[in-house]
Amino acid sequence: MARRDEPKKPRPDGGLDGAPGAEKSKGKGAGIGRRDFVKLVGGAGAAVTAGVLAGEQLLSAGAVEAQEMGVVRGKVLGPDPVAMTLRINGTAKNVKLEPRVTLLDALRNHLDLTGAKNVCDRGACGACTVIINGKAMYSCTVLAIDVADRPGKPGADIRTIESLATGEQLHAVSAAFVENDAQQCGFCTPGFVMACKAYIDHHPNPTHEKVIHELDGNLCRCGTYMGIRKAVVEAAPRMKGGQA
Amino acid sequence: MADYHWPPAEKRSLIGKPISRIDGPWKSSGRAKYSYDVNLPGMLHAKMLFSPHAHAKIVSIDTSEAERAPGVKAVHVMTEAGNEARWAGQEIVALAAETEDQARDALRKIVVNYEVLPHLVSDVEPSKAGQNVGKTNETTDGQADQAFAQAEVTHEGEYGASVINHCCLESHGQVSVWDGDHLTVYASTQNIAGVAGEIARALKIEQGNIEVITPVMGGGFGSKFGADSWGVACAQLAKKAGRPVKLMLERDQELMSAGSRPSLYARVRVGGKKDGTLVAWSSESWGTSGPNPGGGTPNLPYVIRIPNRRVRHTPVLTNTGPARAWRAPTHPQLCVITMGALDDLAAKMRMDPVDLLLKNIELTGPLAKTYTEELHKAAELMDWQKKWHPRGDKSADHIKHGLGVSIHTWGGGGHPSQCRCTISPDGSVEVSLATQDLGTGTRTVVGIVAAETLGLPLAGVKVNIGDTKYPPDSGSGGSTTVGGVSASTRRAATNALNQLLEKVASSLGAQADELEAWHGQIRVSKNPAKAISWKQACAKLGATPISAMGERGQRDDLISSGVGGAQMAEVSVDTETGVVQMKKLVAVQDCGLVIDLKTATSQVYGACIMGITYSLFEHKVFDEQTGRNLNADMEFYKLAGIGDIGEIVVHMMTGGEYDKRGVIGLGEPPVISAGAAISNAVANAIGVRVSPIPLTADKVLAALERGGAA
Repeated sequence: MARRDEPKKPRPDGGLDGAPGAEKSKGKGAGIGRRDFVKLVGGAGAAVTAGVLAGEQLLSAGAVEAQEMGVVRGKVLGPDPVAMTLRINGTAKNVKLEPRVTLLDALRNHLDLTGAKNVCDRGACGACTVIINGKAMYSCTVLAIDVADRPGKPGADIRTIESLATGEQLHAVSAAFVENDAQQCGFCTPGFVMACKAYIDHHPNPTHEKVIHELDGNLCRCGTYMGIRKAVVEAAPRMKGGQA
Repeated sequence: MADYHWPPAEKRSLIGKPISRIDGPWKSSGRAKYSYDVNLPGMLHAKMLFSPHAHAKIVSIDTSEAERAPGVKAVHVMTEAGNEARWAGQEIVALAAETEDQARDALRKIVVNYEVLPHLVSDVEPSKAGQNVGKTNETTDGQADQAFAQAEVTHEGEYGASVINHCCLESHGQVSVWDGDHLTVYASTQNIAGVAGEIARALKIEQGNIEVITPVMGGGFGSKFGADSWGVACAQLAKKAGRPVKLMLERDQELMSAGSRPSLYARVRVGGKKDGTLVAWSSESWGTSGPNPGGGTPNLPYVIRIPNRRVRHTPVLTNTGPARAWRAPTHPQLCVITMGALDDLAAKMRMDPVDLLLKNIELTGPLAKTYTEELHKAAELMDWQKKWHPRGDKSADHIKHGLGVSIHTWGGGGHPSQCRCTISPDGSVEVSLATQDLGTGTRTVVGIVAAETLGLPLAGVKVNIGDTKYPPDSGSGGSTTVGGVSASTRRAATNALNQLLEKVASSLGAQADELEAWHGQIRVSKNPAKAISWKQACAKLGATPISAMGERGQRDDLISSGVGGAQMAEVSVDTETGVVQMKKLVAVQDCGLVIDLKTATSQVYGACIMGITYSLFEHKVFDEQTGRNLNADMEFYKLAGIGDIGEIVVHMMTGGEYDKRGVIGLGEPPVISAGAAISNAVANAIGVRVSPIPLTADKVLAALERGGAA
């Protein structure tokens, strides 16, 4: 049975594995990518069953990322569920999860926040994109425990698509997706909307040319890219207009 | 009285206009609940163990340890010992546990003993496939040998299309919930009625006791018509555990087992006169649909019916996941073979391939005029005359440019459909039918037809679909949904309106047949000043709503079938790396009367992108030694990204004669031609044919080595 314990591979086209488009130009030189970090912690079969090792090996492999993620030195958690607090859409949520549970599964299976979708479950398609501390991230390759509160340190600010609309008022990006029919079956759409929002947050003046290079961390099967190109360009000025 | 006929162009407020899909806000806000998103109190998560062997006899299955594993509540053997696993990925056991991870852990505790048997996973030609071949079939028309003898120019070549996946983003699966004898299934399906029927037969319960609910679904493309073994297993696990169970396929299972498109390869000989007149065709083809033989003899040549032909086909049986209908079944494969061969013949004749198609356009039959118009329109949008060059870009640069063309056809028509339209005294309107929206815009089309018929804005109509409790509709496949639902909805809404007109006629001092619904009013057609608002009219109903049914007729004149379509591709090919880049794809498409121009255009854009994807990237790859599918994931099963598709130009043929044909489906036709058009563009660029699709860099370089003119 080779399944989730298979080693994760880089994208054959040489693209930055795991990082959504909005993240692509950054962090490449940091030695170990965020996804490699997750791989070390939760990807290897042994680590999965033995609980999360948050000790010396990890820090030596990726000290920068480990500290950024708030891993506590030397403490072993799991394999049984542990209490943790996630800061989702501005609200602290208390959950009890096994340390191996990804942020995506925590959102979908434990908090009923099902906007982020599980499609590839290994950082290839972007359907699970959420915004963590202002950056678009694949929630299937982030462990919930790594973005939860730590003693003396609040967890990461996690924003899911459920935070975008207020009542019936759609977010500018969602509205532009409707207007430009940038969705068909709609299963990739929430991930794309979040990737687009994060992208516009960081690049307030997108052009068609930039969009096609920067938003290739998300995949659509129905073929809605033409609408998405237009939607991003159209939503950007509306976000500046205070609709963000 | 209102009649059923579609309103003339000047009387259309909504039909044919670009209208945003009505479930768009629901989807783009993340609020739409797919089967995968259904969370119910006490719900268990199910996972399936699959065969690691491409071909093996199952000697024994021991689930005892798995049954005792933490969190496990029910275990169900799907393929009993004594049976064979016929592909790596075939489902053996399903179990349900409290969490997904517990279910995965428990699968590892199942012990299956296999007797490994010989396998074949490569779709090699029949002479190399040993025993794994089906019966050879031959079809002939006219006198192929005589015609070849008289041909002035002949060409021989090999063409084909590899096995690909559906790769639905929402994997196959469902949530099953029992309430006593009643079963509710939240299924990701193209066919809610079919799922109910299949589960009813498998579990021997009355179909009326099953409700299938699919408000939205994350892609099907032909692979989601049945309940599938996992649909039955999920219901059985839920019964055993006495709790709701969610069973959605994991991505690797989705790609190994939940649908593939058959391959088709052919050695072709085609002959014509020097002026381009086609006279003879012969082909020897083979391909695989997995462990079972596929359909009959492929209907080659495609679209252009060359009068003399001999077509021979042999299926190759492989230990790979069984094929399922893939958007426009067999057409993309037939198209890439036919249009590739004709393109090569044109090159040999030093003819522009558009001229070759036009020269033989009468061989397409009744759609000849449509194709002619579409080819001219596509040429204009591509600037073909200016950009086209004879085969082989002779420029010094290592980046070569080329153009390719193809035409296609599809039937369509309308599937059986019934609709109920309810008008309430408060003026609210509901239309209900047990169809499903695959993302094609079905919900929006139903709303537009009802609103147009009743003279209301789109927001004035509530559309109820995606639930078997509504009047029966059919599975959504083969571009038959829009025909079915638009006919039944038009008839139901017209019948309801006529009842309303009867009720209000006296208050307007007119006969019912002198009245019409227009822009939120009921008015006298010949004296529009005599009118009452829709709300006032409905208020006259008293306490009882109107409820009227409508059904798609046997030979319904609201709809028809049979479309053409032309596509032209522009590519660049890097002769140093072998990488093909899309520059531009032009798609000109007819589909009769367009209901919603916006979602119709989206269908064509989407089909073009899917076409680019299968032309350049998609290929289900197997390892002959282990028999395993090597790219059952989304890193190595490649889909085009937003930057891979170049510019796409869509033109819908509408108005006049096109509208008079009535409504025709659109899902399949525009996905057919891309493989051929792109393949021909690459040949035009580098001077040599690359085959089969997908046109990956390794094949391009190999073809160049064999002798490109570049």
